Amino acid sequence: MSSNAITVPGVQIDEKPWVDTLHEWVTTVDHKRLGVLYILYALLFLVIAGVEALIIRIQLMFPHNHFVSPEVFNRLFTLHGTTMVFFMGMPILFGFANYLVPLMIGARDMAFPRLNAFSFWLSALGGFLLYFSLVGANGLYGAGNAPDVGWWAYAPLTARAFSPGHSTDYWTLALLVSGFGSIGTAINIIATILCMRCPGMKLNRMPLLAWLNLVMAGMVLIAVSPLTAAQAMLLIDRYLGGHFFDTQAGGSAVLWMHFFWIFGHPEVYILIIPCFAFMSEIIPVFSRKPIFGYPVMVAATLCIGFVSMSVWAHHMFSVGMNSYANSFFTITTMAVGVPTGIKIFNWLGTMWGGRIQFKVPMLFCIAFLFQFLIAGLTGVMLGSAAFASQLTLSYFVVAHFHYTLVGGVVFAVFAAICYWYPKITGRMLNETLGKLHFWLFLIGFHLTFDLMHFPGLLGMPRRIYTYEPGRGWNTLNLLISIGGFIQAIAILLFVANLIISYFKGAKAGNDPWDAWTLEWATSSPPPAYNFASIPVVASRRPLWDLKHPEDPDSRYE
Amino acid sequence: MQALRSTNSFARGPLAVLLSVIWQASAVVGATSPALSPTNIFAPESTPAKSIAHLSVFVLIITGIIFVVVFTLLVYSLIKFRGRAVDAGREPAQVFGSTQIELAWTIIPILIVVVLFLATARVIHAIQDAPQPPSAIEVTAIGHQYWWEFRYPKLGIVTANEMHIPVSDPENPTPTFLTLLSADTDHSFWIPELAGKTDLIPNHPNRMWMDPHRIGIFLGQCAQYCGVQHAKMLLRVSVDSPEDFAAWVRSQQQPAVQDASVETGRRVFESTACINCHAVAGTNANGRFGPDLTHLMSRATIASGAAPNTPEKLRLWIQDPNKIKPGSLMPAMQLSGTDLDAVVSYMETLR
Repeated sequence: MSSNAITVPGVQIDEKPWVDTLHEWVTTVDHKRLGVLYILYALLFLVIAGVEALIIRIQLMFPHNHFVSPEVFNRLFTLHGTTMVFFMGMPILFGFANYLVPLMIGARDMAFPRLNAFSFWLSALGGFLLYFSLVGANGLYGAGNAPDVGWWAYAPLTARAFSPGHSTDYWTLALLVSGFGSIGTAINIIATILCMRCPGMKLNRMPLLAWLNLVMAGMVLIAVSPLTAAQAMLLIDRYLGGHFFDTQAGGSAVLWMHFFWIFGHPEVYILIIPCFAFMSEIIPVFSRKPIFGYPVMVAATLCIGFVSMSVWAHHMFSVGMNSYANSFFTITTMAVGVPTGIKIFNWLGTMWGGRIQFKVPMLFCIAFLFQFLIAGLTGVMLGSAAFASQLTLSYFVVAHFHYTLVGGVVFAVFAAICYWYPKITGRMLNETLGKLHFWLFLIGFHLTFDLMHFPGLLGMPRRIYTYEPGRGWNTLNLLISIGGFIQAIAILLFVANLIISYFKGAKAGNDPWDAWTLEWATSSPPPAYNFASIPVVASRRPLWDLKHPEDPDSRYE
Repeated sequence: MQALRSTNSFARGPLAVLLSVIWQASAVVGATSPALSPTNIFAPESTPAKSIAHLSVFVLIITGIIFVVVFTLLVYSLIKFRGRAVDAGREPAQVFGSTQIELAWTIIPILIVVVLFLATARVIHAIQDAPQPPSAIEVTAIGHQYWWEFRYPKLGIVTANEMHIPVSDPENPTPTFLTLLSADTDHSFWIPELAGKTDLIPNHPNRMWMDPHRIGIFLGQCAQYCGVQHAKMLLRVSVDSPEDFAAWVRSQQQPAVQDASVETGRRVFESTACINCHAVAGTNANGRFGPDLTHLMSRATIASGAAPNTPEKLRLWIQDPNKIKPGSLMPAMQLSGTDLDAVVSYMETLR
């Protein structure tokens, strides 16, 4: 923050030239600005990967459609999956962690501000590399080339025999580079939470958001490392004559699957746990009650973190593991359902007996609960190895994980944006546009992803660029595509709301939701130093104590 | 076959009564489903697919009950505890938790998980660890980009894309046991009405089995992304009566027909690159990269199900495969019109 001297609230500063502002944002090490950069960067990729999804859905509207060629289709689903997981999902959640964790634990910045900036720009470079493959993979002559191996890139399809050119290398490098960024951010989150808490904030008084992000960051450290190792091995195979995954020289295709999914399954929990964190902050405020069963919520999160490390091979129930391995991964997968169920019940317990206010953030939270319940139950079906031998690799799986990632993560992210937008910008989002966005997105989501389960049950495999008529898939696919466009319109409304409210929204004030955690104790947007004096807390809800001196939480904890 | 038989009825153990009731109910769904789709996992016609469908209905019912209970609680609390104008400014009772309730909603899900696990483990064991009876038909399925090779080692048959197997009478079973291999990338063998899917992975031989109970054509396709034309790597399984199957085996065991009237076509075929990839038994064409053509005319489709096996489609396929299946590994052969006609006529004699 060298160029941005400490400002005093209320003092008018002269307009700066835009180049100065740009320079400040590019060179910033402020956790709030980096958080916003992460979020904007992720929203950009949400739109890009969303357009890719729409093209995919146009192609699949009718059997034997010729909207795009099979080559282009395969690139599109590879880019869509890779982008949404690595350049939309992770960055937007890291963005919120960056922005909120220091504020909520009463700190002035992350533990390592420069590492924070470095990690963000590494992640940004990763996303750039992935899309640079469109022109760089085979030079300008091959413009339009891009990775086409799927987001999990199974060997030996990635071997040079089957993936000539450089498109697969760009995919590998993009993940390798952004993986380093993720590890840097994870270390930073852990160090911040363990070392930077304000006086009085013991571990058992931290907001659940901080707890859950601590678990998430720990999982990133464990899960991203095998992926990085596997990418290095793949590069060795492709350029240094290695044979780890080269089946034509005795390598193992199954080895790649294990490496990938030992990352890939914890990864979905890395994406969903910060969303659980949003739920755990937003639902209490709009139910006007503290979170139900705080210690149990922490324990359940740790439990999910541990158990989710031993479930990866449920992605491999068709690979031909023996019956004991299949049984083992069945029990571990179903076991994850127990702590996850506990979380859903605790959110219900929080709402029970409360006074629920149906503001836009809460609407997204309620939809999240409903959809995550269904996603969890289809997850149990997929966890049953025998049932999964029919369901896996079919559109049922596609429906299931979009239910978790759209119905879960995207809804939770919308809830978080609507909830913290006033803090970040100082302006309220327009409530009417927000409700319109919510209902339209909800309708589009359910039209698309409820129906998407059924082609899977009727034998439609995933990743096919076209399909045969006469399989009972035609009408379903048409409706699924229409739902996709309804969601796209809702997203446009959302973006419009973000922009309009930034300029025209009502002033938010410090604490528009009458909330209880520390970020609402400072101004909106918070000054660079967050708090004029470091707060001292005596309970999990410091602002409740402040607002209700006659009945503070500290009396009961 | 005792092991196979017991999975068929799925009729031992504490869940038996419940499951049989469920199965009766789902039979209604199953009876209407063939019209719904030829690839419906809830219209099983063989033991592995049936025991999976039984289990699936059981899992669906348990998860359905959980859904109804939690959903009701959610809707009830949203209505009952909605904020009212009367309450404005007053906070509700601040409740922090309850150990008894937490224990209840921990232990009940654990019990449900145990039940679902036991039901699943039983089916996994019954399907995966079923012994191969001596009466079984053995087939080696080899996945290629983007077609299927079927070898019957005991019968000396090599064919492609359309697998013939005999119907299996539960009283006197003749199941088919497949060995699954891959020549290039990963593939997955999936006929939803006959069995769950199993991958074909290079350097990693897999096995699966099926004992179809009904005569007919069963459809499916490659389920593991294998490259550009993954979508048109279709599968057909013809389940024949024992007599039809025996007749099919006899005809497939014959060498290729040598018809003097298509001598020109045969010469063109044997003097171009066709023979680098394709085999015709009894001639000097012995390539293994593409499908074996010895009995091409006994098949209903070409290009792994992408087109019907008619002279016009066959001609188009040889002339420009990309018209039918863009990205397929068969090259356009650049034959002159007369050579093309001659080769197609030759193919037409390979019965």
